[in-house]
Amino acid sequence: MSLNARNTRLSAAVAALFIGAGLAGCGGGGKAPASEPILIGHFGSMTGSEATFGQSTDNGIRLAIKEVNAAGGVMGRQISLKTYDDQGKGQEAGTAVTRLITSDKVVAVLGEVASSLSIAGGRVAQQYGVPMISPSSTNPQVTETGDMVFRVCFLDPFQGWVAAKFARENLKAEKAAILYDQGQAYSKGLMDAFDKAFKEMGGTITTVQAYNGGDQDFSAQLTTIRQTNPNVIFVPGYYTDAGNVSIQVRKLGLTAPLLGGDGWDSVKLAEIGGASIEGSYFTNHYSHQNPAPQVQNFVATYKTDYGQIPDGLAALGYDAARLLFDAMNRAGSLDGKPLAAAIAATKDFPGVTGTITIDAQRNAQKAAVVLEMKNGVPAYVTTIEPPK
Amino acid sequence: MDGVAVGSLYALIALGYTMVYGTLQFINFAHSDIFVLGAWVSYTIAVAMGYALAGTHPPLYAGILIMLAAMATCGAAGFTIERLAYRPLRKAPRLNVLITAIGVSLFLQNVGQLKWFFGTQPQRMPSVLEDHILATFAGVQVHLVDVIGAATALALMLVLDWLIFRTRMGRAMRAVSHDTNVASLMGINVDAVISFTFVLGSSLAAAAGFLYAMKYPGLNQPAHATWVLLGLKAFVAAVIGGIGNIRGAMLGGVLIGFIELFGAAYLSPHLRDIYVFSILILVLLVRPSGILGRAVAEKV
Repeated sequence: MSLNARNTRLSAAVAALFIGAGLAGCGGGGKAPASEPILIGHFGSMTGSEATFGQSTDNGIRLAIKEVNAAGGVMGRQISLKTYDDQGKGQEAGTAVTRLITSDKVVAVLGEVASSLSIAGGRVAQQYGVPMISPSSTNPQVTETGDMVFRVCFLDPFQGWVAAKFARENLKAEKAAILYDQGQAYSKGLMDAFDKAFKEMGGTITTVQAYNGGDQDFSAQLTTIRQTNPNVIFVPGYYTDAGNVSIQVRKLGLTAPLLGGDGWDSVKLAEIGGASIEGSYFTNHYSHQNPAPQVQNFVATYKTDYGQIPDGLAALGYDAARLLFDAMNRAGSLDGKPLAAAIAATKDFPGVTGTITIDAQRNAQKAAVVLEMKNGVPAYVTTIEPPK
Repeated sequence: MDGVAVGSLYALIALGYTMVYGTLQFINFAHSDIFVLGAWVSYTIAVAMGYALAGTHPPLYAGILIMLAAMATCGAAGFTIERLAYRPLRKAPRLNVLITAIGVSLFLQNVGQLKWFFGTQPQRMPSVLEDHILATFAGVQVHLVDVIGAATALALMLVLDWLIFRTRMGRAMRAVSHDTNVASLMGINVDAVISFTFVLGSSLAAAAGFLYAMKYPGLNQPAHATWVLLGLKAFVAAVIGGIGNIRGAMLGGVLIGFIELFGAAYLSPHLRDIYVFSILILVLLVRPSGILGRAVAEKV
C-alpha cells in the first residue's frame, strides 16, 4: 500500500519534471491552449469548528476570480477554482493538497487559515514544487517550510506585540491574564509574543492558563484568573472557544475586557458570545469600516454576492488570489519556479487588507487594526503600524 | 457546585451505558451520540419555538417542554437503533454487536453534520432560564442553572430508581439482566424489555443533553471530539460505579464530576482528563468490578 503510494508520488514528480522541462523548452509556458482555464486550488476548513474561516476565504477567492475573469482573465485565459474541505484536521489538509496537485494538477494552491494546517499543506506543496500562498496563517513556522510557501498576512510576533501595545497604551492595563489554547500552534505563538511584549512595556502578566480547543468548562482557569484581578484577559484562541470563554467570564462576575487575535474574526463570535462578548477587543487584518475606496468597493460587491459583511479572512482570501494573478501576469508562466519568483518579487501590491510587500522570508509586512465588539459587529478602533 | 452539576449529567449518561450493559452485556458506543442528539434537538426545538429571535427569556415551562420533546425524540431514536441495528444481532457473538455499535456511532455523527440536519457549525443555545447567583460561599458561586440542573437530574434518577425497583416493568428488567433465558421462560417478553431499556436510557441521555446545553450554551458542532470525550467520561463513571449497577452509575457520575472539577480547580486545569482516567485505572486495579459492582465468576 505504502509502496504504491510512493510510486504514484514518484511518477507524479517525474511527470511534473517533464512537463516543467517541456514548458521551459517552449519559452515560459505561454503556449498552452488559450481556451483552457487555469486551475488553482484551495484547501480550507469548510466544515468543523472553524468552518466560517474556510467558507469566508473561499468566498473571497471566488470573488477575486469572478472579477479577474470578467476583466479578461490572466494571460488571456480564464481562472477556475477547485476547493477541498480539510475539516480543520491536519491529516486531511495534507491529503487535500496532495489531491489538488497530483490529480487536479493545479498550478498554485491557496490556503489555509489555521497555521497548523498551512504547515501540513505547505510541506506537500513544497515537496511537489507548487507555489502556495496562505491568506491568513500567522504562525512564523508556516513560511519556514520552504521557498514555495508564501503568505499575505502579518505574523504572530507582530500581532502579539500589537495586542500588548494596545492593552498598555489604549486600555492603560497594568495587569493582564492569559488564557490560551494549548493544542494550537497559533494560540501558543500569540501567547508567547503577547507575554514577552507586555512585560517589555512594563506590564505584569498575572497568570497564564490553558485550555483545549472545544472545552466547555473554563471555571477552574477563570476562578484562578479572577483571584489575580487583571485589567484585561488575553484569549488568543478561535471564535467558538472565545465565545464560550466570554460567557463564563461574565457569569463569574469578571468585568475586565477580553482581548483576542484574528482567530476571533467570525460572525459566529457574536452569535455564540452574545451580550458577553460586547466591549471586548481583537486585533485583525482589516476593518470593513475602512473608508478607502478599494475597501468599500470590495465590501459592497461582497455584500451583493454573499449577503453579509466580509470578515478579515474573506478580505485576505481575496487579496491572496489577486496577488497570485498579478504574479502570474508578471511571471508570464505557470511553472512552479518562475511563478514562485514572481510572488516573491511582489512589491507595494495594493490589497484591501493594506499594501503588501513580500519580504525575504516570504512574509508580508503590514499594519494591524484593533476592533471592538459593538452591538454584535466588530467596530474599528485604531490602526497600529509595525515598529520601524 | 460545578462538580455536582456536571457530575449529575455524567450520571444520567452513565445510566444508559449501565442499563444496556446490564441487559445485553455489551457496551453501546452510540450512547454518547444520543446525548449529543439530545443537546442538538433541544437547540433545534428552542430555536423553532422562536425564542432565539424574540431575544427574550421564555418562561420555565418552555424549558420543561423542550426537555420532554428532546427526551421523546431520543427515546424514539434509541428504540429505532435497537430495533434495526442490535435486535438482528441478538444471537450473534458479542463482538459483532460491539462493532455495530461503533458503526451506529459513526453513522449518527456524520448524519448529524449534514446540512439539512444540524450542520457543521457551532451554535448558541437560547437561554430558557435567566441565570442568577443564588449565594456565594467562600468565593464559590452557586448558580441557579446549576441548582436546577442538578435537581432535575436527581429527580430523574429518583424516578428511574422507583421504576426499576418498584414496578412490574422494573422487575422484568432486573429479571432479564439476571438471566435472559429463564426470564423468557417465565413469560417475560424479553424483546419488549430490551426496547424499553433503550428508550429509558436514551431519554435520560437526552435530558442530560438538554441540561448540558443550558449550562454550556455554546454548543460545539455535532461531531466535535469534545462530545466523544464527554461520552467516554460518562462511560468511565459507569465502570467505576460497577457496570450493570444502576446506583453505581449514579455514584460514579457524581464522583467523576467532583474529581474532574476539583482536580482542575486545586491541582491544574491542564490535566483534567488525566484525573478521570487515572481514577479508572485505580478502581480497575483495586476493585475491578467497580465500587458497587459484584464480582462475577466467568463460567468456564
